[in-house]
This record gives sequence, C-alpha cells and structure tokens, in this order.
Amino acid sequence: MSNQNRIYKGGRIDRDQAINFKFNGKEYIGYQGDTLASALLANDVHLIGRSFKYHRPRGILTSGSEEPNALVQLGLGARTEPNMRATEIEIYEGLEASSQNCWPSVNFDIGSINNFLSRVFPAGFYYKTFMWPPSLWLFYEHFIRKAAGLGVAPTAKNPDRYEQKFHYCDILVVGAGASGLMSALAAGRSGCDVLLIDEKHEPGGYLRNISAKIDNLNSNDWTNEILKELESYENVTILNRTAVMGYYDYNYLTALQKVTNHLPYLSDKMPRERYWRIRAKKVILAQGAFERPLVFSGNDRPGIMLASAARTYLNQFGVLPGKSVILFTNNDHAYGTAIDFANKGAKVTIVDNREDIPSELSDRCNKVKIKIYPSHSIINTQGYQKVKKVEIQKVDQDNNELTGSLREIECDLVLMSGGWNPSVQLFSQSRGKLEYHSKLNSFIPKDLIKNQKVVGCNNGDFNLLEVLKNSYQAGLDFATELGKSANKSLEIETAFEDLEFTEAKVEPYMIGKKKVTHGSKHFVDFQHDVTAADIFLAQREGYISVEHTKRYTTTGMGTDQGKTSNVNALALMSHIHDKPVDNIGHTTFRPPYSPQTIGAIAGRNVDHLFDPERKTAIHQWHVDNGAEFEDVGQWKRPHYFPQKNENIHDAVNRECRAVRNSLGILDASTLGKIDLQGPDVAKFLNLIYTNAWSKLEIGSCRYGLMCNEHGMVFDDGVTTRISENRYHMTTTTGGAARVMSWLEEFLQTEWLDMEVFCTSVTEQWTVLSISGPNSREFLSSLTDIDISKEAFPFMKMKEGKVCGIDARIFRISFTGELSFEINVPSRYGLFVWNEFMKHGKKYDITPYGTESMHVLRAEKGFIIVGQDTDGSVTPKDINMDWIVSKKKEDFLGKRSFSRSDTRRTDRKQLVGLLVNDKKTVLPEGSYVVDEAKPRPPMDMIGHVSSSYYSPTCDHPIALALIKNGLNRMGDVVKIPLMSGKVIDATITDSIFYDKEGARNNE
Amino acid sequence: MFVIKCPYCGERDQTEFSCHGEAHIARPENPETLTDEEWGEYLFIRSNKKGIHYERWTHDHGCRRWFNVMRDTVSDEILATYKMGEEKPKS
Repeated sequence: MSNQNRIYKGGRIDRDQAINFKFNGKEYIGYQGDTLASALLANDVHLIGRSFKYHRPRGILTSGSEEPNALVQLGLGARTEPNMRATEIEIYEGLEASSQNCWPSVNFDIGSINNFLSRVFPAGFYYKTFMWPPSLWLFYEHFIRKAAGLGVAPTAKNPDRYEQKFHYCDILVVGAGASGLMSALAAGRSGCDVLLIDEKHEPGGYLRNISAKIDNLNSNDWTNEILKELESYENVTILNRTAVMGYYDYNYLTALQKVTNHLPYLSDKMPRERYWRIRAKKVILAQGAFERPLVFSGNDRPGIMLASAARTYLNQFGVLPGKSVILFTNNDHAYGTAIDFANKGAKVTIVDNREDIPSELSDRCNKVKIKIYPSHSIINTQGYQKVKKVEIQKVDQDNNELTGSLREIECDLVLMSGGWNPSVQLFSQSRGKLEYHSKLNSFIPKDLIKNQKVVGCNNGDFNLLEVLKNSYQAGLDFATELGKSANKSLEIETAFEDLEFTEAKVEPYMIGKKKVTHGSKHFVDFQHDVTAADIFLAQREGYISVEHTKRYTTTGMGTDQGKTSNVNALALMSHIHDKPVDNIGHTTFRPPYSPQTIGAIAGRNVDHLFDPERKTAIHQWHVDNGAEFEDVGQWKRPHYFPQKNENIHDAVNRECRAVRNSLGILDASTLGKIDLQGPDVAKFLNLIYTNAWSKLEIGSCRYGLMCNEHGMVFDDGVTTRISENRYHMTTTTGGAARVMSWLEEFLQTEWLDMEVFCTSVTEQWTVLSISGPNSREFLSSLTDIDISKEAFPFMKMKEGKVCGIDARIFRISFTGELSFEINVPSRYGLFVWNEFMKHGKKYDITPYGTESMHVLRAEKGFIIVGQDTDGSVTPKDINMDWIVSKKKEDFLGKRSFSRSDTRRTDRKQLVGLLVNDKKTVLPEGSYVVDEAKPRPPMDMIGHVSSSYYSPTCDHPIALALIKNGLNRMGDVVKIPLMSGKVIDATITDSIFYDKEGARNNE
Repeated sequence: MFVIKCPYCGERDQTEFSCHGEAHIARPENPETLTDEEWGEYLFIRSNKKGIHYERWTHDHGCRRWFNVMRDTVSDEILATYKMGEEKPKS
C-alpha cells in the first residue's frame, strides 16, 4: 500500500502531482511539496539510518535543518552527497537515497553489536584505549576509520557548477517566519533595499503548521497575503532554500542558496548552488526557535519525534505518522499537537511530568478523548526498528523517585516536547552575548552588536500578536535610522495561536528503570550517540568545563552542531554540579550554521582559475620545445629541456656542459625588477642594502644583500645605476613582491622625507641570460654595442640595439662563466629569443632550465636566498662578511649584527660538503651529525641546503649550514639517511669550481 | 570581515588590506648607540592591548599606501584611520 499514512486533504502538497523516488532501492511515491522525510513517513517508513557509534536504528526526529538522525546518502556517482538531512531534501522524480552507516543493510546491521557493548564504549573510549602504545595508533586508526564515519564521499570530480554573488543591501532579514515577514514588510514598505532569506522552500515558517488566526484569516492564508505584498515590491528580494551560514564582523554574512538541488536534472545554464557574500547595513535575525527533546531512556527509537515536527508533517504535508500516539511533555504548547492529532483521528495519550495541568487544557483534551497522565514520566520504550510500547510511571518530583505502579502503553508514535530553544547560533557567531532566561530555561540574546536586531521567538518572544507588532516595529526603526519611513502602519488587530508557548522547565533527564549513570540509553546528542551517562562520566573524570565536556563526550560536535542537544547537555551539567545553567556557560557557536559544500565556497575559483599562472614572453616556445616546467611562486619556469629519451639527469648534465663549454641560454624574465627613481635613491639603497652605494657610477652594477632588522638575510640581487637619478634593482623571483613591499614600507613609514619612487617592472622586461665561453663572440654579431673585453668589463651595463631592438645589456654572471643578461621590452622578447636560437646554432646554443641554473651556481658556491638561507642566517653565517660595510653608520639589520647571539662564532655557517664515497647525492634537507646513532634522537649540527651531482666536477657537491662549519674545514661529518644508511662527508670550501673566477673574465 | 576606510580611497573590504602590527614604533635614530636591551625592545616588544589599539595597515590591492588604524580589539570596531605621520587620535 502506498501513502498509507497520508490524510485525504489539507497541507501544502499537491496530491495531483505524484513523484517516484527510491529509498534503499525500493520504489515509493510522494507528492509535489514533500520532503524525503515526509514522503517516507507517508509510506510508513520510520527506520532511516543507523547511529554513529552504537549503530542503533534511527528515524526522523525533526522536520528541518536541525535534524540529527535522518541523514542519508543522496544521489549516485559523482553527484552523491553524504549526510544529507532527509527533512530538508525536496523530492523530485527519480530521486535515489539510501541509509548510511550500516552494513549489510539498515534492517540488519553488523555494527549494531556496539549497542550491546556500550558499557565498554563510554565517552573518551578511543582516547583511553587506542592511544597506547603510541606506535600502534596508525594500526588502530585504519580500523577505527573504517568503522566510524557516516556517509561516503564521492570519488569522482563533482561535475556541477557553483556560483558566487556579492550583495549589498540596507536590511537583511534572516528567516521568513511570522517575525521575519513583518520586519521585511515594514522595511519594504519604507523603500529600503531588503534581502529576506529563508532556508525552506517557501516562506512562512511555523505559521504554515499551527492553528493560528490573524485578523480572522487562518495563518496560512494570512501568510500568503503578506507574501503577495512583499513580492510586489521591487526593493525586496526573497531567497528561498537559502541558509545563512556565517555571521562575521561589520554585518558581513554568507549564505548558501540551493538553486537546483530540488530539480531532477541540472541544466547547464543554472548552477547547483550559489554562495552569497552579503554586506548589510542592518541585520534583523528572525530565525525562530528549535524544540527541545526530552532525555529519557530509549528516547532515540524510530517513531519518536519532536511534537512540533509531527505537527508539521500533519498540517503541512498531510501525513499522520502514527495512529496510536503518546505525547510526552512538560509544557502547555505541545498540547496543540496532541489536539491536532486527535482531531485527525489518532488515539492520543499525554504523559505530562507536571503535577498541575491547567483545567482549560484537560477540558479540551477530554472533549477529544485524550487521556492525560499527570506527574508521569516515560521511563523506558520498547521496539527495535520502531517504537511499539512505552513504560510510564508516576514520579515523585520532590524526591526525584518513581512511585506508583509501572504501566505499559502500546503505541506507534511517541512525540516529545521539552520546551523551545531560541536559535541563537548566528547571533552568537556575530559576537552577541547570551543570557539564560529563567522561564524559558534557554539562552536568549542579551547584548546586541551594532546595527543588529533580533525579533520573535529568536529573541525569546512567543506571543504571536506581540511578535508581529514588535517585528514590524524593528523594521520601521531600522528604516528610520536609514532615513526612510513607511506610509503604512501595521493594521493587525488580533492574532493568537491556539495554545501559545509561555514557559517550560528544563529537564536534565527523566528518571529511568536503570540508574542513569551507568550505560543507560538516555540520549542527549542523537547524532553522536552521547548519553546522559556520558555527561556524568565526563564530570566524574574531571572534564567539568563546558568546552571540555563537549570535546570529551563529543556532544554537539556532529553535523547538526548540537541544535537539539546543547541546552539539554548544559542542563545536565547544571544538575550534576548543582549550579545554575548561567554558571555553566555555553560553548561557542562557529560558522557554518549547517553543513555546506566546499564547491560553493570555491565557486568558480577552481582548476586553472584557482591561482593565477604567470608566464614569460617566451613561454610558448618553452612549451613547443618540450620543456618540463617547475612552479616558482605563480611563475611557470622551464625546469629542464629533455631531448628524446633523456631523463632529468641526462638533460641537466648536457645543459650544464653546454654552458661550461660553449653557450647556454636561460629565460630569466621572472627575476624581480624594480625601477627606482628620485634624487635620494643612493641614500635609500645605502640603508636598504648592507654594502655601500654612494659611489656607484652610472652604467655600473653592484650585487647587494638585504637584511631585515634582525640582521637576517632576506633577499639579494644586482642593482644598476641607469642614470643620475635612476636605478634598476633586481630581486629573487620569489621575493619580488616582498621586496617591493619592504621598500614601500620604509619609504612610507620611516623615511617620509626621501624622494624615491618604486615601480615594479618585472613584467615589462624580458631577460635573456646567455652564458658560456662563446657568449661574447656570439653576441657581438647581434649588437651595435662594443662588448669587447676591454670596452665592457664585468659588472657594467650598456644600452644599445640587440637584433635591432632597444636593449640593456648587463655584464653579470650567475654561472661563473662569461655571461650577458640582455633585457628587451617584453613585447620583443620572443622575437629576440628566436633570433638568438637561429644565430646561435653555430655554437650549439643550448636552452637550460632552473635545475641546471641551480647546479651551475652551486658549483660556484653562489647562494640562493630561501634555499641556502632560511631567515635565521646572517651575511657572516654565509661567509659573505665582505659585503657588509663597516663604514656605514646605519643600514637595516646592522645593529643586530652585534647582538650577543649573532656575534657568536659557532653559529651555523655555510660550507661545502663532499661525500667521501664520491657518488651519493645527499637529499636536500638531510640532517648532519657528528655522531650517528642507530635511531633518533641524535645531536644535529646542521643540514644540507643544496645538493646536486656536478657534471663539471664529475662528483656530487653539496652546500650545508653547519655549526661552527667555517672553522671545521676537512672534518668528516655523518649524514644519516631515511633508509638508515649513514654517509660520511668532508667539510670543504663552498666554491667547487674555478675558485679564482678566471672564467668569468675571459 | 571589516570594512576599512582607507584615508586615500574610502571604504573598502578588508580583503584589500593587510595588517602590520602595532603603530607608532619609530625606528631608533641611531641604532648603534642603543644597548642590546633597548634594541631588543624595538625589535620584539609589542603592547598587545585589550581595548584601544593603534596599528599599521596597507591598502595592498588598492593604492598601496600605508596608514594607521585605531581599533578596539575587544569589539573590533575601527574608530579612526589616519595617514602616516599624522598625530594619533585621542581615545
């Protein structure tokens, strides 16, 4: 039989539009307007999944985003999503969903053995059991991970598109229930730019589910009237199916809009979800409240749900989830649900733990044949896959003990209501302070932040007429603050809810047959299977801070973030410590409000749009000629250029030999370049670099080291004086932006009187570095500049034509060979490169990549900042004291060189390392020790910073930072490798080739 | 996320800016004359205030200018922004 729990009329579903869907492989029919939860309940399916830890059968507890139990795996293949709340999924034709956390099936789940072993799985079980010995954790973890977890993540790439939207508005209203609609109406009528957001598929909130009358209209019709007016305003935007996820400083909020999740097919034109980033001048929170479960033994069985949820299924979806109903409550409001159910033909029994039931209530219950048991409590429930019986007994409230005889009542549905908790999550995220309300026994907003209001149940106000009026007024007040006003006041005369919520005690737990402290099944947090006993245990073991209790028991840490459990857990702690809840405090709410997809946060910033790629003017040539690339920051740099069948070593050896023997060419365009102009540049450089700059002549280049104020090397490069007041600075590729900021910082914050202007020109110049003994002969045929040895010495710069293009040639070298760096405007870069390749054939011109560049410079002992230095290295440590001026009075970092620590002579210093076996290339980063032991710890005296096989020397070479290294030339040290092997190496000078520098001056 | 009023460009989103810690710590005129302790004070010691705090920010993805911000570290309210070299506003 299909839809056996569906009533014939009523609700907001369309019975003419049947929808076919599958749950656990079985076909069902629902109707347009159903959620998966309502459609399953209509088909009398109560068992939805298994719980996290004990694998207990679980059903549907709520009807909204607070659902802890009814989590399903939704969809198939690459689009499958785990942990989706059945209470929020709108069904569509062909929907497929399945239970989670069960094997082989939800009806027979092997893991449920944990339920019987629960005495050995208390809170903190994993911490206590599997953490010792530490070395076995990896072994345990494998099995724990397999056993734990809920749904399954998709393995294929998500094919959907996600969008982002920035939105600015006058007033953002969160929640479109009774209060939110009123605030939006007032603001809308005033002409404010309003954004109204609601997480359900249609606005109205609780007004859709209750028996309320507003000015002679029932609440449903009244809501439709208000919506019609709101929709007529161009200045009002209403977003359904949208949940506000984060509330950050200065009224910046994020929201996730489910655009097409409720449709069977995703069109290419529409995104799946849209992530809103909203900046609102004013925010009105109107999120309503969540009903509080009661904590009694066996309160988690399928067929046990919140009273308000059941009422929603009945009135909004036309589903009677049970015909023999027990309502367990402590407040008047829940009686409304009981009466609704009785009116629809259900047999209803009320178990109320209060002694005095207002006579008005008992009279009304009598009329519809509802039996009430006052002063009674459910002390246990029965039924494995669905509740079938409750055990009730009279409770002596004063002595907190059971009296009278035990009574069993058969049933197919148990409703519970322990009062209402305002939904303060977003308010709390915004840094609003909460206070404990003694009548509601829950937390309500206390201190508002600027430009924020909280209205309705969200603020702890439950009287409908008051809520409507106050919420409208809140909208008006904000409009006035924004300089706008409404021409209409609120005309509502009467509004009343059949039975309104006024107060409820908070119930730490309901006494049961079993002592609550030991293994009883009083569930506080349904999703994480945290019982009252676990909370007791945590207190006994000393986790008495609320934050500690949370983490030790994991209460409130599920995907629902404790929306139904937090207040009950606090009440229990308050009971145990005999302290008011105020003094227990509460945990911190953090974004997101409910689970959200990473895809939406990423939006379109995926794949090649994730991070910008920077390419030089020569890039396409590199691609066409088979370069393997390396990422250097955002730059794509050729790593090496393999020819047929060459591996990286073959290619690098060939490239290096070409440079040493004939002619190599490197695309060095990524080098940072900064144009410095102004009368004070030399003075400025004197303070920025460690060496002296005052006497640098026009057309001369100088190498410089930059230190930070701690005296540590932070960048290096060559700076050239182009003209009287103009300098060209180069930096490391990775450090370009950092250096630019560094210069700007000092010019703008310390030396405001200096006239220096910095402009980044990295992208404006293409830099071709040609290197090798044939470079002069080669270049001389392509330029009008006299580049003879006499006319163009080392560290000079000349301007002229190269291949007919205006160029600057720098006579500098990073390989130790005779080299020229040719700078041409980027737009001519590829042309000049191609000319070079054409004319260089004669010399077998060889393009080389960053790997060869590294090898060549290491052979010469040239450092790379960031590789051979790590922010804790002074110029002296890298044996570059020669570049530190002793005469200059001041420069950045100078004072720190004489601090006691930097003055030490046994600091780690840069030296060369030669392996004694002449063949092992040490892994970079290897630790260096004096004495190798069979296993760590060992006393580390340094580490290998650069290491390569040197084709020029025909043996491996390495640079290392070693304690007191400069005074230990010739000493043999040990390098223990990950494999356990220990390599001996000898400390040497850091220059391995052409120590005299003769080749550069050919 | 803050809205910051750059003294040169006006109100912009925080993502365009970066913060550089406490303001009004001038680099000593003659570092060489300082004791290690005094130099260490300049390098390392910052006030970490609860309440009104003055700090340096840059409008990186805008005018690239440095300026100062007066912020309440408890509420994160920005009470004033002002140009480098200007007197700090009274709290």
